[in-house]
Amino acid sequence: MASVLTLTVTLFVLGSLLLGSAFLDSTLNNIQDKVDISVTFLPDASEEAVLSLKESVALLPEVSAVEYVSKEEELALFRERHQDNSLIIQSLEEVGNPFGARLNIKAANPSHYETIANFLGNRAGEGAASTDRIIDNLSFKKDIVDKLLKVIASSRKVSVAISIVLVVTSIMVTVNTISLAIYISRDEISVMRLVGAGDMYVRGPFMVEGVIAGVIAAIFSLVLLYPATVWVRNATTNVYGGVNLVSYYTEHFGQVFLTLLFSGILLGVIASWLAIRKYAKV
Amino acid sequence: MIYFDQVSKVYPGEMVGLADVTFAVEPGEFVSVVGHSGAGKTTLLRMILGEDRPTSGNVFFESADIHKLGKRELPLLRRRIGSVFQDVRLLPNKTAFENIAFTMEAAGRTDEEIASDVPYVLELVGLGDKLWHFPHELSGGERQRVAIGRAIVNQPDLLIADEPTGNLDPLNTYEIIQIFKKINDIGTTIILTTHNKGVIDDLGKRVLTMEAGQVVRDDKRGRYVL
Repeated sequence: MASVLTLTVTLFVLGSLLLGSAFLDSTLNNIQDKVDISVTFLPDASEEAVLSLKESVALLPEVSAVEYVSKEEELALFRERHQDNSLIIQSLEEVGNPFGARLNIKAANPSHYETIANFLGNRAGEGAASTDRIIDNLSFKKDIVDKLLKVIASSRKVSVAISIVLVVTSIMVTVNTISLAIYISRDEISVMRLVGAGDMYVRGPFMVEGVIAGVIAAIFSLVLLYPATVWVRNATTNVYGGVNLVSYYTEHFGQVFLTLLFSGILLGVIASWLAIRKYAKV
Repeated sequence: MIYFDQVSKVYPGEMVGLADVTFAVEPGEFVSVVGHSGAGKTTLLRMILGEDRPTSGNVFFESADIHKLGKRELPLLRRRIGSVFQDVRLLPNKTAFENIAFTMEAAGRTDEEIASDVPYVLELVGLGDKLWHFPHELSGGERQRVAIGRAIVNQPDLLIADEPTGNLDPLNTYEIIQIFKKINDIGTTIILTTHNKGVIDDLGKRVLTMEAGQVVRDDKRGRYVL
């Protein structure tokens, strides 16, 4: 039983790490896909000026797509995001529309970010000197993406370390459990050996015991993962539109199931093999 | 059938188990091994079962060198040898029937064989009415008979018995020896170690006398001489 529990914890953590890193990857791809550079304009920038800038940016060979978001749309988006917060909505009524229009620019190739940013930077610089300054802020998503990549890389290192520790612990506990089972049936084993029972006849049951522990642990951890993903979703609804691990989990259930089942069986087999090798000599 | 060729066994710490032992046992023989405790009787039997390796020399079962057998062949050899011990070694949570059935199962026999052979063997050792008794419900002599039943149920070519009467009273000892004689009469080779002078004198068969790991006497119609 203790071995099933430790195996369950190990598989559960393995499963969460698996889901977590897969989810981080897909999120990263999403972000990389969405916007490369976003240009926010001052609220009082005229629509024609913004549109003419859009035209000139779209003409650049490095740009693959430009999306225009008007200040009204921006306001609507904001209202939608904060529809539950009456205070914000109220103050919004008083202030009027504080938003400027926005251009989302997507580069044809990641290496073209610099050129586009420079182009826009020059324009912003020009504008700053003159009275028709329209660009408020230039945010360059590459920095964010780079940071995210670093976070993912280091979290992956940490999770590998955690996994190794857990795997070793669970194998050791399972070895102990199976050694105990072997010790309890040592009389049977010695009689079996004396009457010439084959290798598999003596060792088979303990192998099976390890495998069963692994399978049960895999099922337990799969069951436990579901409420865990629901909890993660509920706990993070306020961040980035909620980390929806639940749908990811249910969509990839087959993959996760097979991975955990296979790891469970593998851990069980390794543990029983070690225990048998040590205690059930034929 | 069994051939010891200059077999020596030295245990760690210079303890001598066997010292240059050479002898042969013919098929159908009934050989008794006598000697003081520590003379090497049990080591001798353990060599035949492949439980102990000689430090030098070879032990042959027919033409096979027991200690050169592979992991798969050793169990097959052990199926041809039945063994009985002074401490009986029955499984306490199994009935007489189950104890014997268990060894047949381990040797890969079918359920039909088990159902027909176990009662037959228990009948042979005089326990036909105690199939479903647990070891603790049986007397010492009866337990030893179950152990003998277990040893012969797979129809071994060789039966080795390590002081099987060591814990028994004279009457039970006599009956057990009668069972061994019966088994020997149907052609099974028997190697028996004992301390019991009466047993040896009653048997009137070949006797090996051991002292300090050596075979010091080998008498065709032996008496107990120590």
